Amino acid sequence: MTLSLTLLMALPLFGAAVLSALPKTNALLAKQVALGTTLVSAAVTIGIAVQFQRDNIDLQFVESHQWIPSFGINYAVGLDGISLVLILMTAVLAPIVVLAGWNESQSGRWSTKTFYILILVLEMMAIGVFAATDVFLFYVFFEAMLVPVYFLIGGYGTGKRSAAAVKFLLYSLFGGLLMLASIIALYVLSGEQGGHTFDTQALSHLHMSSMTQNLLFLGFFIAFAIKAPLWPFHTWLPDAADAATPGTSVLLLGVLDKVGTFGMIRYCLTLFPNATKTFTPTIIVLAVISIIYGAFLAIGQKDIKRLIAFTSISHFGFITLGIFAMTSQGHSGATLYMFNHGFSTAALFLVAGWMSSRRGSSTIADFGGLQRVTPVMAWSFFFAGMSSLALPGLSSFVSEFLVLVGTFTRYPVAAVIATFGIVLAALYILIPVQRALHGPTTPGNENLSDLTLREKIAITPVIAIILFLGFYPSPLLKVINPAATHVISQLGFSDPAPTQLGGK
Amino acid sequence: MKFTTPVLDYAILSPILIVLAGALIGVMIEAFLSKTRRPIVQLILTLGTLLIALVQVFRIRNTTSLSAAMGSVIFDGPAFLLQMTILIISIISIFLIADNENFTALAAALPGSIEEQEATCKGNQVTEVYPLTLFAVAGMLLFPIASDLITLFVALEMLSLPLYLMAGLSRRRRLMSQEAALKYFLLGAFSSAFFLFGAAYLYGYSGLISFAGIRESIVGGTGNDVFLLIGIAFLSVGLLFKVGAVPFHAWSPDVYQGAPTAVTAFMAAATKVAAFGAMLRIYYTVFANAQWSWSPLLSVIAIITMLFGSFVAIAQRDVKRMLAYSSIAHAGFLITGVIALNKAGLSASIFYLFAYGIATVGAFAIVTLVRDSAGEVSDLNRWAGLGKRSPWVATIFAFFLLAFAGIPLTSGFIGKFSIFSAAYESGAKSVVIAGVLSSAIAAFFYIRVIVLMFFTDSHEDATTVVIPSVLTRITVIVSFVITVALGVYPAPLIDFINKFAIFIR
Repeated sequence: MTLSLTLLMALPLFGAAVLSALPKTNALLAKQVALGTTLVSAAVTIGIAVQFQRDNIDLQFVESHQWIPSFGINYAVGLDGISLVLILMTAVLAPIVVLAGWNESQSGRWSTKTFYILILVLEMMAIGVFAATDVFLFYVFFEAMLVPVYFLIGGYGTGKRSAAAVKFLLYSLFGGLLMLASIIALYVLSGEQGGHTFDTQALSHLHMSSMTQNLLFLGFFIAFAIKAPLWPFHTWLPDAADAATPGTSVLLLGVLDKVGTFGMIRYCLTLFPNATKTFTPTIIVLAVISIIYGAFLAIGQKDIKRLIAFTSISHFGFITLGIFAMTSQGHSGATLYMFNHGFSTAALFLVAGWMSSRRGSSTIADFGGLQRVTPVMAWSFFFAGMSSLALPGLSSFVSEFLVLVGTFTRYPVAAVIATFGIVLAALYILIPVQRALHGPTTPGNENLSDLTLREKIAITPVIAIILFLGFYPSPLLKVINPAATHVISQLGFSDPAPTQLGGK
Repeated sequence: MKFTTPVLDYAILSPILIVLAGALIGVMIEAFLSKTRRPIVQLILTLGTLLIALVQVFRIRNTTSLSAAMGSVIFDGPAFLLQMTILIISIISIFLIADNENFTALAAALPGSIEEQEATCKGNQVTEVYPLTLFAVAGMLLFPIASDLITLFVALEMLSLPLYLMAGLSRRRRLMSQEAALKYFLLGAFSSAFFLFGAAYLYGYSGLISFAGIRESIVGGTGNDVFLLIGIAFLSVGLLFKVGAVPFHAWSPDVYQGAPTAVTAFMAAATKVAAFGAMLRIYYTVFANAQWSWSPLLSVIAIITMLFGSFVAIAQRDVKRMLAYSSIAHAGFLITGVIALNKAGLSASIFYLFAYGIATVGAFAIVTLVRDSAGEVSDLNRWAGLGKRSPWVATIFAFFLLAFAGIPLTSGFIGKFSIFSAAYESGAKSVVIAGVLSSAIAAFFYIRVIVLMFFTDSHEDATTVVIPSVLTRITVIVSFVITVALGVYPAPLIDFINKFAIFIR
């Protein structure tokens, strides 16, 4: 059987259909079907990654079928290095989320079966959104994806789950509708210039006045900045992350928010190169603010889930910085960062989820001395934290370093300020590590149980990937670099030559 | 005096004649058949009539005629599409109307009177709603194909008068229902007067009542422009009233709320198709050359209608009122299609009318299912927790709401995209931006209902969802399937519409 993206998307959908036919009472069977489906999808994705030709900068695994011909809309999918890496991340994270959150659907409003149907539909749409090469198709996935996430947060979360779900949905819808206006404008422009199309490649050759280009760019960018989320569009994220189950949070922050940064590369930069140049300084400033702001607020958080959410805002600042630095190192770094952030956030959220479900609270102050009581869990959290603060030898270090190097060659001031984000990262990770893991055991924690075998199996691949890519990132970089260089050269940028300061 | 024999093109008029004949037979059945057999015979007759009419419309799809019935009727592609839409929507809603649980046993009796109680107890259910529906359908079929001002006015009255009556037929809360009917009638009569006034001025402008004649006068530009402007303005008021555009919308929330829900469904969906069908024909053909004089004003009305409908819907606590304001917002989106004034706009409007009409009937069908001991419950607070008690009903209703909100993979999204892109193409960028913004606002109240149904725990006086009868189930399932199908794979319908959507003039 030949591997194709359509097959990859059909798999989770098929799994969801099987699930919906299962009886509601058999929760275990639902979980097993979900795990099986996600594992097969992951295997297919790895197969696709192996077949992917790394040096070929053309889109691969291309498929295109007419969908709504009278509007020039195609079902068109394809892969470049950037989308491959993100799909790989999605497909590998999905079974981990299913396995790690084996029991997290219990506190939901609906059955376990519904939970996994939503997860599988979400996985399918996430793959679709990264694979789409037709702007309309991308938009359909981009918006439709909100629905399963909305029900996952509102139906299975904790605390103020429905308020958080609504906030998430309204923010995203608002951004999405701005993007829709831009897409309509692109559609009309393409009609005026030789025929209606939504093909990303064809749209990148449109002629637009600079005013039009700026407005359309903003329509896309605000949608992505809400998704990513960039300061000042971030306020929905902490609430959503707080209310969602750990598994949902992993998918939300690890996978879905990447659509924002991915969209910036794939759509903002490619479709509107001139507007990109106009807005780059502003966006660099926003990115730097995000880095510092997210880090400061993370330091101040008392709740572990909110803390992780704010660290993510800081990390998304780094990714955006890397994208808009317009250097190939910055771009490669940003893409690698997206991948690594997926795994380090997954590790943090999953372990934090296990901690809080055992303790019945996610307040940092409620923990203490976990290292003595539950050593494996404590060490996993410590490791996840180290990955989040980009300790050399772990994968995040490579990407953060690349982003900073790539930024410094063009925007030294921004790079220097962003570097403070790393210092702050040490604080926001080490403070909770110290409070939760070390010191005397807080009363009530004496009898917490350590990770079960299932949880250990779930966290092991995450840790392995973080370690492996920390020492040897080149398998991924070899895939990312050609694509990143291609994007940069298409924009007409070349990497600034390094200058020697103070040389003789 | 010489008398000319009128030449009638019976093939083109046949759908209307079939529906009228069915209505008249219905009246006879009402008079002569026993009460036990009436409901089923009426249902079969009405359904059969509508189906035959549908087949007949389909058979004449390739016929075009400028001068059927002595030049007072025009038949072309859009006419075919609109009549099909009206008939399909009517067929789907007739199943809902057939659930006679919703209608008063004896509409002629005073509310709460002894006669009424007697009629209810003995099961003397009158079934006048069927012929009334058919009369209204006949008017709706005529409205978008009228090609002179008199026929247009006759069609308008023909579709309105049965609807006024039908609005007052509710079994429960009859006073409210009658109040709604009276309001609808008074305001409708008022708007008819505006309409006639406008028609008179247009006659004064061109000296003719035929659409072709008025268009030629506008193209020639020899007449008195003041007459033309006054004529367009007042005629527009009459039409905008029927579609429920701001500031002529005041009747719609009360009528939507007071009328029996089945009638509301039919009225909200089918009347919109007929009224927009006529509007499209008039603005696209008759007034097209005077675009400069109505387009700016209509743009303002579209923007106000979209924003007003969306904003006010947020404050509603009653599901039927909320849907009424939502339909006002949708009228705004549809006016966007009129402003577009291009082929894409026409196709998009017809697609939108079809998709929106079907989803509307489906949504109201769900409303009829949510009840307590005293009948339907439209108070939104009591819908809380519906998702827990009847997940399927709540899920399907949520899906219709998502379609109204224009979320991708529903018919509403394709409709919104096509209508906005057509308007953008014609240069109405500000209207498109207002439309996109009001979509965002509208999403808020649709989502609020979803939150209520799924994420809120139910109160003590919770409602129950009745097991839908086979008839209602047909309505719900058919509209649900169409809404999904048009969202996922709309290409066949869009191509079909594109093939026919050309006005002849």
